[in-house]
Amino acid sequence: MIRFVVVRIFQALPVILAVITATFFLIRMAPGGPFDSEKAVMPEVKAALEAQYKLDRPILDQYFSYLADLGEGDFGPSFKYPGRSVNELIAAGMPVTAELGFYALIFAVIVGGLSGVIASLHPNTWRDHLPMTFAMIGICVPSFLLGPSLMLLFGVHLDWFPVSGWGDIPGDKVLPSITLGAAYAAYVSRLSRAGMLEVLSQDYIRTARAKGLSEWRVITQHALRGGLMPLVAFLGPAFAGLLSGSFVVETIFQVPGLGRFYVQAAFNRDYTMILGTTIFLSTLIVIFNLMSDVLAAWMNPRLRSELFNYD
Amino acid sequence: MIFFRQKIPIFSLAFSVILIASCDVGEGNVDSGNRLGILHYGNGSEPQGLDPHVVTGVPENHIVRALFEGLAVKNPYTLEPEPGVAERWIFSDDKRVITFFLNPNARWSNGDPVQASDYVWSWQRALDPAMGNQYSYMLFPVKNAESFAKGKISDFEKVGVKALDQRTLEVTLNEPTPYFIQLLDHYSTFAVHPPTIKKFGMSTDRYTKWTRAENIVGNGPFVMTEWKLNRRIVVKKSPTYWDRDKVGLNGVVFYPTENSVTEERMFRVGQLHYTAGVPLDKIPIYRDMENTPYVQAPYLGTYYYLLNTNKKPLNDVRVRQALSLSIDRDILTSTVLQGTAFPAYSITPPDTLGYYPPRLFGYDPDKAKELIAEAGYPDGKNWPGIEIIYNTSEAHRKIAVAIQQMWSSVLNIQVTLSNQEWKVYLDSVDQMEFDIARRGWIGDYVDPNNFLDLFISEGGNNSTGYANAVYDDLILKKSTKAADRESRYQIFYRAETMLMQAMPIIPIYTYTSKHLIHRSVKGLPSNLMDSLNLKYVWLEDLEKEDR
Repeated sequence: MIRFVVVRIFQALPVILAVITATFFLIRMAPGGPFDSEKAVMPEVKAALEAQYKLDRPILDQYFSYLADLGEGDFGPSFKYPGRSVNELIAAGMPVTAELGFYALIFAVIVGGLSGVIASLHPNTWRDHLPMTFAMIGICVPSFLLGPSLMLLFGVHLDWFPVSGWGDIPGDKVLPSITLGAAYAAYVSRLSRAGMLEVLSQDYIRTARAKGLSEWRVITQHALRGGLMPLVAFLGPAFAGLLSGSFVVETIFQVPGLGRFYVQAAFNRDYTMILGTTIFLSTLIVIFNLMSDVLAAWMNPRLRSELFNYD
Repeated sequence: MIFFRQKIPIFSLAFSVILIASCDVGEGNVDSGNRLGILHYGNGSEPQGLDPHVVTGVPENHIVRALFEGLAVKNPYTLEPEPGVAERWIFSDDKRVITFFLNPNARWSNGDPVQASDYVWSWQRALDPAMGNQYSYMLFPVKNAESFAKGKISDFEKVGVKALDQRTLEVTLNEPTPYFIQLLDHYSTFAVHPPTIKKFGMSTDRYTKWTRAENIVGNGPFVMTEWKLNRRIVVKKSPTYWDRDKVGLNGVVFYPTENSVTEERMFRVGQLHYTAGVPLDKIPIYRDMENTPYVQAPYLGTYYYLLNTNKKPLNDVRVRQALSLSIDRDILTSTVLQGTAFPAYSITPPDTLGYYPPRLFGYDPDKAKELIAEAGYPDGKNWPGIEIIYNTSEAHRKIAVAIQQMWSSVLNIQVTLSNQEWKVYLDSVDQMEFDIARRGWIGDYVDPNNFLDLFISEGGNNSTGYANAVYDDLILKKSTKAADRESRYQIFYRAETMLMQAMPIIPIYTYTSKHLIHRSVKGLPSNLMDSLNLKYVWLEDLEKEDR
């Protein structure tokens, strides 16, 4: 098992190096540079700026010096925000994005899980169709539509929640979390419905019912464990997706998370910031996928035995 | 069924948890702000920084000017200069030497007096090529400043700024520059506190921590107490500011309101006193309101199209004129722009400190058809096709579509539209890889020179291929030698007439500033620069009056 994890980590390293290299050279191929602006910049000024950020050196030089800094955990200074390092910007944005992603995931699991389970218990009745319709809508409606709609309804008309901010006014975390979580809730509900339906038709459920157990116990003690298995495999990549995909929600609700920095960095050709966030997020995605694999292996006896053979 | 019934408590539990989390939003920012004298200010975006010699944007400007003050400041009502750090100044007879007398009460926020030598040190920093200050050209009217900034001379002693004593600063200019005093309210000419900068690094480092809330030392009406990245910047009234008795606010909270739709909603629910902008589709609604918070005013900026005069068919002046004549700017501004802009027929906005530009043409489809026929494209025959490029934005697209329509119906010519991502667009304009490109220019200072010197042959922002020695001479030489404002404006008028006849650009509209301002905010007049001086702003506690 340990060997499996170690091997997977070593397999991930070249992936991350490839990400770094591809990103490093790709962003430099994009037209325009970090110091172009609408008002013409004097050539002397531009040269001075490029010298301050070592952009005047040959590109391979820059690449290796970047890798060397990276080895020490230094993502370099941000071009767009002079006086801020990329490490600092990530440190400022990441906890917020992680918190937002966490709440969104909780929302997705509770709402999606419940509605999926309910739907599976009453297949092809209105109690199935209604939540599944909502799930379909949830998957289809983009967050840039859902966010402003929730904001209008609950923020402006009903005045229940603030329309922007994060941790400034009580309740301001509710709408962004729901907006971000909605699409995932929809996936979760479909996954858990499918998983439950499959399990509920198994012999051991019939046996449990035949034993005279209450329906409540059949569901909670027997069906849920197997029925929610597909969900576990989904959660790792989903959390990674929530972390890297929250920029729309962050922009709509003015949440000071990492996603906003990420997108702005691309628009601004803030090379170090693009690289820093890309490396950081891709590392996270690799880690979450690994964790999800390990968890799934641990929960699934068949996979587990394969891994032991591997050992 | 049993299952469902048993689940009901869980549903209601979950629902009530959400409700409890929502609590009561309670007293909004605006109400508490009115009580406490704190202005809640939508500032557009997160400032890139707060170092006056590094930053370049409008949101930065608002905060920097709260924390720092120039030698002279602009009165927000008249835009005329009034004393800042300098309590008075005198001009030499030839108007080339200005002597500034610093206010003895002017203090840095750590208590140090603001001294003439601080200005010499700061201007050296602002002009140092290593600093990479994009606005260093603001100081170029000063003798030898440009040579120093371009590395042609390295001895700062030769630059025309001297501290005669701790309270007297002497500035020598290349030429008499009528707008020079105005520039002293621009952050690139501000003094910074030398010991603070030195404490955190080299004087020309862009990358130090001296501007953090816990480190920064300024000399403005406010001092920063908190800077939470992408959340807010909080400033409070400075206890050391020389004119503190006139400061009407106890503090300001600046919010990075990037999304104008969200910003408008924040305003609606009482989280903001002031918005950086207003979404275009909301403007008609606000305009029809009684006691509307919507405030619109002329703004010193022109929206125009650059024409590439090096390329066929736009190398023919008749084609350029025909294109301009067939745009109905009244229709454009009243429909597409919903009355939020004024038609423009020149590059300089009208009434730029008393200057009125020539109006040589209007909407004239018949003349346009004649001209395009003369140029060899009667009724659009043989037309090679051209492209308009603009940076990706719904607003630019709508305007381009309308103009495309007008050209098609009047001249029967085909024009394609191409949107480009911002930096790609900047690159295309810089390389002149376009037929027609959208452009906007917002004045740095109120003077026709700031618009007209865009089109001198070597101008970095020219980007049209327009080069005319007579024009260059008028702008660079003759206008600087003019005896008085009137003859100077006559020279500008001549130059602008030449420019509009050659038509390397098509002016489209003059900008307006648009804000939502809560009725409790006072002392914040509209002006051409959309320039606010937070020192003069105060809040009326309306609830108190109601009680």
